[in-house]
Amino acid sequence: MTQSSPAPGVIATAEAVRRGERSAEHVTTEHLARAASLRGLNALLHVDEERALQAARRVDARRAEGKTLGRLAGVPVVLKDNLCVTGVPTTCASRILEGYRPPYDADCVERLVAEDAVILAKANMDEFAMGSSNENSAFGPVKNPWDPSRAPGGSSGGSAAATAASIGAVALGTDTGGSVRQPGAFCGVVAIKPTYGRLSRYGVIAFASSLDQVGTMTRSVRDGARVLGVLAGHDRRDATSATEPVPDYEAACELPVKGTRVGVMRAALDQVEDPDVRASFAAAEASLRDAGCDVVDIELPHAHHGVSVYYLVATAEASSNLARFDGMRFGLRVAGEDLLSTYERTRAQGFGPEVQRRIMLGTYALSSGYYDAFYIKAQKVRTLMIKDYQQAFERCDAVLSPTAPTPAFGLGEKTGDPLAMYLADIFTLPPSLAGLPAMHVPVGLGSTSGLPVGVQITTPAFTEGRMLQLGSALEARSGYVCAPPGMDVGGAS
Amino acid sequence: MARAYETVIGLEVHAQLRTETKLFCGCATAYGAPPNTQVCPVCLGLPGALPVPNAHAMELAAIAGLALGCDVRSESRFDRKNYFYPDLSKGYQISQFEHPLNLGGQLTFAVGDAEKTVRLTRIHVEEDAAKNLHGAGGGTATVVDFNRGGTPLIEIVSEPDLRSAAEAEAYLRKLRDILMFMGVNDGNLEEGSFRCDANVSVRPAGQEEFGTRTEIKNINSFKFVRQAIEYEASRQVSVIEGGGRVVQETRGWNDVTGKTVSQRSKEDAHDYRYFPDPDLPPTVFSQERIDELRRTAPKLPEQLRAEWTAQWGLTAYDAEVLTGHPAIARYFVAVAEALDAGGKEPRAEAGKRAANFIQAEVLRDVKTSGLDATFSVPVAGVADLLGRVQAGSLTGKQGKQVFAEMASSGEGAEAVITRLGVQAPISDTGALEADIRAIIAANPAQHEQYKAGKTKVLGFFVGQIMRATKGAADPATVNELLERLLQE
Ligand SMILES: [Zn+2]
Repeated sequence: MTQSSPAPGVIATAEAVRRGERSAEHVTTEHLARAASLRGLNALLHVDEERALQAARRVDARRAEGKTLGRLAGVPVVLKDNLCVTGVPTTCASRILEGYRPPYDADCVERLVAEDAVILAKANMDEFAMGSSNENSAFGPVKNPWDPSRAPGGSSGGSAAATAASIGAVALGTDTGGSVRQPGAFCGVVAIKPTYGRLSRYGVIAFASSLDQVGTMTRSVRDGARVLGVLAGHDRRDATSATEPVPDYEAACELPVKGTRVGVMRAALDQVEDPDVRASFAAAEASLRDAGCDVVDIELPHAHHGVSVYYLVATAEASSNLARFDGMRFGLRVAGEDLLSTYERTRAQGFGPEVQRRIMLGTYALSSGYYDAFYIKAQKVRTLMIKDYQQAFERCDAVLSPTAPTPAFGLGEKTGDPLAMYLADIFTLPPSLAGLPAMHVPVGLGSTSGLPVGVQITTPAFTEGRMLQLGSALEARSGYVCAPPGMDVGGAS
Repeated sequence: MARAYETVIGLEVHAQLRTETKLFCGCATAYGAPPNTQVCPVCLGLPGALPVPNAHAMELAAIAGLALGCDVRSESRFDRKNYFYPDLSKGYQISQFEHPLNLGGQLTFAVGDAEKTVRLTRIHVEEDAAKNLHGAGGGTATVVDFNRGGTPLIEIVSEPDLRSAAEAEAYLRKLRDILMFMGVNDGNLEEGSFRCDANVSVRPAGQEEFGTRTEIKNINSFKFVRQAIEYEASRQVSVIEGGGRVVQETRGWNDVTGKTVSQRSKEDAHDYRYFPDPDLPPTVFSQERIDELRRTAPKLPEQLRAEWTAQWGLTAYDAEVLTGHPAIARYFVAVAEALDAGGKEPRAEAGKRAANFIQAEVLRDVKTSGLDATFSVPVAGVADLLGRVQAGSLTGKQGKQVFAEMASSGEGAEAVITRLGVQAPISDTGALEADIRAIIAANPAQHEQYKAGKTKVLGFFVGQIMRATKGAADPATVNELLERLLQE
């Protein structure tokens, strides 16, 4: 395997453009060229070259006028296709939204543009963010840049692949039950899911409203910290948006971790069979000890209910959130002989099998005879899981766990068995259900698989700084470089 | 009819809250705008759009709860009511189900001479649906106007305590009155901002348990409510008397045929799959805020009536008339306060004079439309005019003449008086006496008649004198002088 080197990341690009060492237009051209040459990955659904170049030229013009550029000057960004951008096709990788162009920008898009980022492309994804392998896209699966026969993870698989392959310096994904962290793990990139409410959901096409959160994918922790700092903050258009002040996340990355108490769930770890995942976890634990952290054993007694609770809560919310796709006002309409058959045909043809499966499951969970037994009970267990974390965080400052039970599995390997697929999120679900910040940090390549492996760090709500601080320490000690073989793009400028 | 039946009625009233903007977005709620001009991604239910509650709407809903004696909850929550219909942009309506803002409450009102109290179940907040326009433009298509979609409503749900169509109508009128006075709703039935669903059942007199009920949807006039309930009750009685059973169903009122018609039976009723809306945190009102709303909320008509009879010297009847509409009530208070501020007479005198004049003159051409009312003369004009009468520079009769002129021309009192050359009342009895003597002398025949005991002729002399003085003479003084001088 030839050692490659990645393209400059977020901070390197932004600072070079701000100092005038590189033009935003040049950076954009380069990334557009890479997007074209890597079309085989199927990571992108829509690239608007002209629009991206215009945005880049505007940034360069502003610099030429002597204006101070933003924190993401000229940084090429890839957006998961469930984020609304005015006039740009936004499909959620679904036939039901084919041709839809939103008339407004998501809050996170506004914030990126305000800091002079350049929107490069929309990324492929699992349809409506439902899936763990990106094989549920109506526009075909994404391939993992490390091994095209493997899945990139889901549902932000296109975003993860685009980041790993240096198509974008950063990609935004959304994380409902692990949808940035698990593909982050499969593609070997840093993936941050902030506290629920830390980032606005305005303009994020909803899957499960009480869980959805925009997340970042970058090739370094510091890059993630910078983008998070841009995206975080209160938005009055989202009633669940938090008003907590936004700390300096980049500065947090510099703080020493000595004395940090790191919690580990031994019992859960014993159930992990994959040797690479076990080895990477052990390496991460050792390197944090080495950095002066205290490792303590903790328990999350209800964490094993995560999959059941998640699939009840998320599908219940999804069944309702997806009702607006009815063929009446936008997107696909398949006319029937009456109103009911128009609804039925539109939704039967517009939604793929996984989306239909989840709508059915959620509708069932909310239906009058079963509401108490399923939805209410799931919410009660969810409350217990939140309490588990509260108790655990009395004993530790952060929880360290694997991110996914295995490295990237093969495309098609699990598509016939939805339940097995759902288990790919087993470690990422509990923090999501508790609304906590969690991130994936790559720590190396597995000696058995040769694929990226890493760990998940979870911290209390609104302590992203602490999470980044640990992630940064791990990254520094791992020596991992995100450079899939055959994608040597470094040094180009 | 072999047996006597009792009608049992419960009402669900939808009242639009008087906000500038919709319940979950900043779009205007103004009625009558061109279709789909007051819409945004949120109220259109576009993918990715999120609702943000309108704080003013929640306060108005709480004020309604306070006025109707509800328990205003410090924590309430929005739920989703899921169903498919083209007028529903999101595929669900955001409403309150499990944890409504207002619980309980009651409404007392008069039916004829009797007083009746109906218990309320709850008052919850919800968004309105859009409006389907069938066959628009003469075609067969149905188009949807989303201007109304997302407008804030309260739904006032009563217990089945009403026993006749007359009671139902009286209840609705009283409820509308209160909501209008609280500034919560404009009471406009034509524009649909106050409409109701009626749950109707019948049972043999004396029977404890309720009969099977039907629900008549969306009735938007007091007359139709009465007619629909009467029709539906007698329909149910004939079904039972004919040996049949009343089917639980939703019915619509057809005001052309004067009948209710079946719309949907219970068998295909929806499972709305209510669940807490995950986009909306609970609404929280602190006890302090609820107390403050209670303190600052507008007053109810009965509160006003009690105050006015005590402070302004009004009779119960006057107070009733003047609380017929919130704008009239405000008008009365403003005129009375202005007169009282003159400080020349006891407060009760000012109130009585304002009340009498408004009832006799002003109310004649007041036009009300919803919460708005147009008065032909503004408060300041009437206060000025009545001030002049009180000061003695106009007689009461002149005051009425001047008012009529002010109303038709739009001029102020001063301008009218100058233009018409209205003379100040003659209070100099010496001068008046001379005039009266002259008129008596000029009409000897009538004078003889009076002396012969035909006192009716007195009116003739009064008329002559008033004409001679152009109405400036004080009638009481004229009468007194006439009677004395005619005796001479
Ligand atoms: Zn709107």
